Amino acid sequence: MVMENTMESKDKLRAPVSQKPLTIEKPKDLTAIGGTVTVEINEKKVNIPLGTTILEACKQHGISIPTLCHHEDLCVAGVCRICVVEVEGMRTLQASCAYPITAPIKIKTSTPMVRKARRNIIDLLLSEHYGECYSCFKNGKCELQSLAREYGVDNHTFGHINKPRYEVDKSSYSVIRDMNKCVLCKRCIRTCIDLQEVGVLEAVDRGEKTHISTFLNKPLADVICINCGQCINRCPTAALRANDPSDEIWAAIDDPTKHVVIQTAPSPRAAIGEEFGLGAGHSMTRELNTALRRIGFDKVFDTNFTADLTIIEEGTELIIRLYKAIVKKQDVALPQFTSCSPGWVKFLEHYYPEYIDNLSTAKSPQQMFGTLIKTFYAHKAGIKPEDIVSVAVMPCSAKKFECNRPEMNGSGCKDVDYGLTTREMARMIKEAGINLPEMPKSDFDNPFGEASGAGLIFGATGGVMEAAIRSVVEFILGKKTEDIFEKANIIPLRGFEGIKYMEIPIGNQVGPVPDILKHLVPNWNWLKGAVLKIAVAHGTANAKKIMDDIKADGKFSECHFIEFMACPGGCLGGGGQPIPTTPEIRMKRAQAIYAEDESLEIRKSHDNPHVQKIYEEFLTEGPCGHLSHRLLHTHYTKRGRYIA
Amino acid sequence: MGKQNRKGALIFSEYKRGDGIREAIGKSREDILFEIRESKLKGRGGAGFPTATKWMIVAAANSNEKYIICNADEGEPGTFKDRVLLLEYPELVFDGMTIAGYTLGAQKGIVYLRGEYEYIKKSLDDYLEAMRKDNLLGNNILGKKGFNFDIIIRMGSGAYVCGEETALIESLEGNRGEARNRPPYPVSTGFMGKPTIVNNVETLASIPHIVLKGGEWFKKHGTDKSTGSKLFSVSGDCKQPGVYELPWGTKISELLELVGAKNTKAVQIGGASGICIPKSQFNRILAYEDAATGGSIMIFNENRNMLNILKNFMEFFVDESCGQCTPCRIGNRKLLQGIEMIEKGAYTFSYVSQLKELGRTMQAASKCGLGQSSPNSFISILENFKEEIFCGNDRYINGYGEHNGK
Repeated sequence: MVMENTMESKDKLRAPVSQKPLTIEKPKDLTAIGGTVTVEINEKKVNIPLGTTILEACKQHGISIPTLCHHEDLCVAGVCRICVVEVEGMRTLQASCAYPITAPIKIKTSTPMVRKARRNIIDLLLSEHYGECYSCFKNGKCELQSLAREYGVDNHTFGHINKPRYEVDKSSYSVIRDMNKCVLCKRCIRTCIDLQEVGVLEAVDRGEKTHISTFLNKPLADVICINCGQCINRCPTAALRANDPSDEIWAAIDDPTKHVVIQTAPSPRAAIGEEFGLGAGHSMTRELNTALRRIGFDKVFDTNFTADLTIIEEGTELIIRLYKAIVKKQDVALPQFTSCSPGWVKFLEHYYPEYIDNLSTAKSPQQMFGTLIKTFYAHKAGIKPEDIVSVAVMPCSAKKFECNRPEMNGSGCKDVDYGLTTREMARMIKEAGINLPEMPKSDFDNPFGEASGAGLIFGATGGVMEAAIRSVVEFILGKKTEDIFEKANIIPLRGFEGIKYMEIPIGNQVGPVPDILKHLVPNWNWLKGAVLKIAVAHGTANAKKIMDDIKADGKFSECHFIEFMACPGGCLGGGGQPIPTTPEIRMKRAQAIYAEDESLEIRKSHDNPHVQKIYEEFLTEGPCGHLSHRLLHTHYTKRGRYIA
Repeated sequence: MGKQNRKGALIFSEYKRGDGIREAIGKSREDILFEIRESKLKGRGGAGFPTATKWMIVAAANSNEKYIICNADEGEPGTFKDRVLLLEYPELVFDGMTIAGYTLGAQKGIVYLRGEYEYIKKSLDDYLEAMRKDNLLGNNILGKKGFNFDIIIRMGSGAYVCGEETALIESLEGNRGEARNRPPYPVSTGFMGKPTIVNNVETLASIPHIVLKGGEWFKKHGTDKSTGSKLFSVSGDCKQPGVYELPWGTKISELLELVGAKNTKAVQIGGASGICIPKSQFNRILAYEDAATGGSIMIFNENRNMLNILKNFMEFFVDESCGQCTPCRIGNRKLLQGIEMIEKGAYTFSYVSQLKELGRTMQAASKCGLGQSSPNSFISILENFKEEIFCGNDRYINGYGEHNGK
């Protein structure tokens, strides 16, 4: 419109061709200069940086605009049209989420036309949205529901669909898809394709038949879904949810013949408060212990214990690989990849199956614990493993798949019976009539007891690597980690940068081989002068970048150890965590985790006395010994991208 | 009607292949742009955006890769003029694209050809090959050093929405045919993210004439705000349907007489997404400022049932909406359901007016031109033919009945 006006005014000044030649003016790229522009929002003049969207500009100046398809983590879609506003001079309403401001425009956010359009759009969405709010698990947390409430849309002006159109896909252990609740905001597609670069979901058909589908509309269990659950975290309605086992868990609790134990991971503890009205960043570890006992769990264990164990096993595995490669000149797969994130593991199995040998064979902390509970603990407590029901509270939907992998039965029966997400745990606590923040604090149960801060920081991206390095430098250099990194905090591995890289020079001073590793290496002389190269990636899109670089023999192919987490932010941003999720919320959860780590006495896995004890009492052949291989290590499947 | 019978002052006037290009390369790019601006040529696809404005932005864009796209996805119901141009006057279209390439500094032209026109593709490819032989395409065209331009034909797959320029570009890039958010516009961020011109076949076909004869000459035809002439695809209840070139400003009644239409009740101007004009308004003129059209003229005589016609249009939109934005995806279905209720007599007037209100929401809030224009016929037919639709003798009117949308 602006362009047309300039055209008109130039025409008025026009001279005959011969006298006034036309020149092609180069346009000025205003955004590149980084300037600001003054716009009018509801007749109030405000100054904003060029390129800011109308939505963002309004938010900055205290004007709220309703959104549905917009999400902070995702690229712009502009499809729901809820956020439309009037821009002076434009014939139609403009989607504020998709309109970057590059000129001094006048915006009106609440005109009769805008309000009418928003109401009509909400009404249209409701007309195709099957089911009633009171019978929906998302009741009270549904974004469509709150929009309807906010705009007083309450009488189904355009009718209401009265029978379901799609079959609910319950095939996956992790994610349930109910397309009858879908509002086609495409957040799941953008999550899967753009954020995670997995690409399982896409819109198919057109017009009113448009729906979100998997490849050939196959069940989710039969496509290359990695179960990360990031789509669940961003779905505004109840179209996507985790596969909830809480009924089975209640049944086990109610069964007097069953001994029901639960392990809690660090990320749910840092986030579950959000489900009880607390702001992000309140750690609820000890309150949760009490609540779980009151619900009826017989024992409450700390997953961080096996996180510590993972560090020992995985760190030892790395040392063995390096020793074989450097001293014995054997052909071993390097860099070694972490294997704690089941979403990442499945991603690798599908997308980079040729690198399966690079994955550490160490099980994830959840699965290590599962095995130990039904072997070590069962023996100690004198309970038959069949009578133990083992539950894990995880920030993760992929953990549900992981515990159902057929190879996860090192104890002779299913190692972990149920994976429960943070959200589901919170609902069980509420169902039991417990207000979590009011619970008194209590400790974890023995024989595993408390764990180290190293196990705790597994919850944040870079945490596994930091925990590993805290131990590895002490093993090799014989010096305290605190002498090398202030307070043993390895800052370069922290933060939400997509890919982090670090080099640790070993130098010529090496320490003695600690007792726990004496059966594996004679000394550290072979590492003198070496530089340990490590990297960290979170979110499978970043993992893909590293993998493609390794494939192309790039910088990362020279790494020794790489931590991968499937979810943005690491476990604290997992697919089982409280909704909503934003970069800010994830940052606060990370702060809570790091603060708890700093408050602990023991902050290195190998200093954990319970870990030392288990190698003395039970895994007597030491890390990566026969028993630990049988119980604490696993194998993987080359799945590929084409599955039958 | 064959080519020998076509008469017209501008587009159908005499033209020899390559003349426009020859003339163009003797001029500066600025002079060509000036002539096009002089001509006040507006986009012939229907939206009527000033062609020179589009061109000048692309001409000024600082990019070594630019694209000229000819929108030949002629999908609007009742339009077939582009097919005639491509079959009988390919020299105009391709010369127009080549001139655009020269003027805007683009090296590549793409014709996005409607899926149903696959049978034309061979002849167009042959024609392009002949142009290459004569050095009207290729490197250093007609000896002009550094002027390299070539044209390829790409097939659409039958989606109406791909006639919308950004959906067309998405389709060309191999994606699902869905409109993009604007801004940015294709002139700055188009095909493969590069500055891109998307022009209708007829717009491009006007260019060689303007380059040869000047903007002043072009402007002499038509009205002040709608210069030049227009190709009209005339169909329906008339003796001689076909493609006619008439100056803008022609009265609807004049057109009806020319094509031998008798007992005409209504004329749908601009295809299914256009407006329906009743007999009482036949003195309106065909022009951007009055009855705007991309060229489709559908004539309905007294025997036609307007509700059936409207239903047919709405069924088309329900099927052809790309499904990405809410107002268009669900709104069109609701409008069609409303028509079905009226058919059955099971409606209330308050619901009908709510649907018209919904239509206005769709016009204002839809993401692209499809949803913004699909309610046009709903609103105009219910408005202009309310007596026939709501007071017809054979229809039971239940003013207080329930509607079955619930």
